[in-house]
Amino acid sequence: MFKTHLTTEGLDFQSIFLNLQRYWASRGATILQPYDMEVGAGTFHPATSLRALGPDHHWRAAYVQPSRRPTDGRFGENPNRLQHYYQFQTIFKPSPPNSKELYLDSLTAIGLDPAGHDIRFVEDDWESPTLGAWGLGWEVWCNGMEVSQFTYFQQVGGIECDPVPVELTYGLERLAMFIQGIDNVYDLDWDGVPADKGGKSYGDIFRRAEMEFSGWNFYHAETDMLLGHFRDAETECSRLLALETPLALPAYDQCMKASHLFNLLDARGVISVTERAAYIGRVRALAKACCEAWIGAVDARTTGKTADG
Amino acid sequence: MADKTADLLIEIICEEIPAWMQARSAFDLARLFADALAAANLVHGQMHSFVAPRHLALYVEGVLAQQQDTISEKRGPRVDAPGQAINGFLKSTGLTREQLIAEKTPKGTFLFARTKMKGAATATLLPAMICDILANFPWPKSQRWGTNSFRWVRPMHRVNVLFGAASLEGALDMGGAKLPFTTVSRGHYFDAPVDLDLSGVGSANDYVALLRGAHVIVDQLERIDMIRQGAAELATRLGCDLKTKDANIAETAGLVEHPHLLVGTIEDRFMSLPPEVLQSSIETHQKYITLQAHDGSFSPYFVVVSNRLSDDERDAVILAGNQRVLRARLADAEFFWIEDGSIPLADFLPHLANVAFYERLGTLYDKSLRLEKLAADIAAAIPGADEIIAARAGLLAKADLATGMVSEFPELQGIMGGYYAKGAGEDAAAAEAIAVHYRPEGPDDSLPATAEGLAVALADKIDTLVGFFGVGARPTGSKDPFALRRAALGVIRILIEGNISLSLHGVLQNAAVYYGFTTIDDELLPFIRERLRVNLRDTGIAHDVVAAALGNGELDDICLLADRATALGNFLCSENGAGLVACWRRATSILKFEESKDKKAFASETDPSLFVNSAETELHAALEALPKASTDADLGAALISLGGMRAPIDRFFDEVVVNDDNPSIRSNRLGLLAMVREKMLGVADFSKLEG
Repeated sequence: MFKTHLTTEGLDFQSIFLNLQRYWASRGATILQPYDMEVGAGTFHPATSLRALGPDHHWRAAYVQPSRRPTDGRFGENPNRLQHYYQFQTIFKPSPPNSKELYLDSLTAIGLDPAGHDIRFVEDDWESPTLGAWGLGWEVWCNGMEVSQFTYFQQVGGIECDPVPVELTYGLERLAMFIQGIDNVYDLDWDGVPADKGGKSYGDIFRRAEMEFSGWNFYHAETDMLLGHFRDAETECSRLLALETPLALPAYDQCMKASHLFNLLDARGVISVTERAAYIGRVRALAKACCEAWIGAVDARTTGKTADG
Repeated sequence: MADKTADLLIEIICEEIPAWMQARSAFDLARLFADALAAANLVHGQMHSFVAPRHLALYVEGVLAQQQDTISEKRGPRVDAPGQAINGFLKSTGLTREQLIAEKTPKGTFLFARTKMKGAATATLLPAMICDILANFPWPKSQRWGTNSFRWVRPMHRVNVLFGAASLEGALDMGGAKLPFTTVSRGHYFDAPVDLDLSGVGSANDYVALLRGAHVIVDQLERIDMIRQGAAELATRLGCDLKTKDANIAETAGLVEHPHLLVGTIEDRFMSLPPEVLQSSIETHQKYITLQAHDGSFSPYFVVVSNRLSDDERDAVILAGNQRVLRARLADAEFFWIEDGSIPLADFLPHLANVAFYERLGTLYDKSLRLEKLAADIAAAIPGADEIIAARAGLLAKADLATGMVSEFPELQGIMGGYYAKGAGEDAAAAEAIAVHYRPEGPDDSLPATAEGLAVALADKIDTLVGFFGVGARPTGSKDPFALRRAALGVIRILIEGNISLSLHGVLQNAAVYYGFTTIDDELLPFIRERLRVNLRDTGIAHDVVAAALGNGELDDICLLADRATALGNFLCSENGAGLVACWRRATSILKFEESKDKKAFASETDPSLFVNSAETELHAALEALPKASTDADLGAALISLGGMRAPIDRFFDEVVVNDDNPSIRSNRLGLLAMVREKMLGVADFSKLEG
């Protein structure tokens, strides 16, 4: 299958995230790469979750994060739902007074000039039960469509954020569909290169993965093995945190692993609603302990105050 | 000479305030300033409050510019008090002996300390007052931002203060940086992103006009009117009527600084979806305004409220974007409608075995099995209800919770079950009962219209109450996370308005048995009775009448209890009723007095052979002729009979002296009065009635 839709120059999928990177780099962000593990959202990347707490007083980062939501798989058949998709994530700490303006300018940078649209900030308070995190903010609507999440973090791992970071999350596929004016994610023009020159659509690259992973997520993943992995990750995480000098970052890797394994088990339908709450509680306990270790390690290494505090 | 006054304008500019909090915040701002000004003895004129997504403002007319001087007076010891006492008083007041004034009072001559307090200039009091109100503002949820510890609903950018057309020196302490007061407002975020100088503002109208000039309609009511009228006009032009309720229009008004209305259309292929599904996607999720044809059917037109000024090219882009989003949403709904509908509703039941109802209360599948039995039990007590249909509806009531549509649109629970039941060939009455079994969802919601609908609605609520009380999850104070008060009120309304007479205790007992509980929680019946009291009081029956009608708690037929309260209320308004209450008071006060004197209660028995006066004989005969008192009988009829007692009792008091010199005659008469007391108490608890 070859792509049938070729978009205007600069509006192809890769240009959108390249332009977002360039834009945020020009606003002083440290451009990072995706974290090399399966996560459900860009918030899990330690550059957001842990750095929201410390040690730096100033932290500005932006990156693309592939995100996996096993239960959202639709075997490549639904035009809007994917079990693997991309988030573009920006975190600015402390939240600058012109956070909204910075965000709106970023839309201009990817070919979506707010002047020509109806942009709305609609209340949407964010909470991640597994990370023990919450914040207040909005969904950003562009002509009635949600294009981003805008959140002022208040807590992560049950710990107050001080200073307060602002997190901007763009659902890249949805944004790109809007910008390219198409209704099916698989038709997205990925690279702006015509099909006869080897150009690819989103479907060319990901449809097979969506089909196969949906099958694995829903039917074939060996649940006893997943349960075993979950317990192993949990045990290892706790063990690393119990060391005389706790290893916060390796422990946090295990916490992310446990979180994703829980999502897989959930997709396999082996977790009842009652158990669900218990699993979420177990992951949250790990996340909380990792965050505490992360902050504690910082305090042990520096004397008293943080670098520029 | 009139005191000098000045107008006060406070305006806070912050990032977008959630729509549902806006009206309340404008009200709170006015209330808090009214309280603070009153506490500072500063009279003022009219207050006008305003709120838009990024503006929260208050204009106060004619605030006293200077507090009145006051004299504080403190009374000290007597003039002739020992030196020590006087010295102590001097110390506490900081005055000298010469400054004290001796004054005569009815209790003697005392020393007084009078200090003249100079009133402060209002301008010097305002900064602290403003900061205090903003720092303690009662937002339902608030946040910190940047490096500050200050909390507001969203990051705050400006505090504008104008007093007597002049700026006011001051700054809000953000727990880090300080935000100095300014006088610079701001126009529409996209259509007039300019600063606006407030310093020329001399009235609330000036303020509104200044912002209107920069495309911010700062008066929330004006935005609501613009949307409602604009949408109504569009509807008329399109040959239909407005469908969206006022509450949702108000929410839409909270999302825009300047409403601009555009008309969109729903694609034909989606018009066959159930109207509730269309409503949910279009109105609840997308916040568009829905229209209906004159015959009440869903209109294919809807109204988008844009936050941008009119511009043909941009409007076309905005409308196309909104229609695309709606198309995707409706396509999702259509998918679920077809997918869910391809399976009989009953086949979703087993999935409920994976959904917990609440910890220790099993799954929703367990609940379904209980509802099957309980709905049938209840249907047996409702005239005209079919037990088999009620049982089937009870069993299937929760099945739609496992469908794709309800997991995507939770607000359609019940309604979808009704559609899917019908589609699966279930009895039409069962489908209807499933659709309406969550009703009434609030005090203004209507009841199910069918007998089976009432049975299932009642069973669902009773099962919930018995379950949560059974595991100790009762409401406490203001916390009622499982909406048990609403469930109890639902039970009460269904029983009363549905005119369903049954033993509540019996039904609760059955519900408990279906859970496997041995008994009903002790607090459940009293909880429901308490809600009944509140409900009856809300219908205008005085609280003491309610107490008298409800009695001691043995009665558990809610419908009967409500009838009793109404009957008693009506009876007490009648002439016989008022007269009988007077008889009750007279009889019981004599009994009370004599019983305390004799230190014993008089038995309600009398010996007719000791009657001296024919009034005694007549009263006794009347008492004997009363129908046997029974609290579950028709109270109205019992009260009418009781009303007939008034004349013989009045005659008895007119002609007979109870405290006869002969002790046997006295105690015989007191026994007769005790009979009156007993007969009356047998009908209603008259002792609960207040003066």
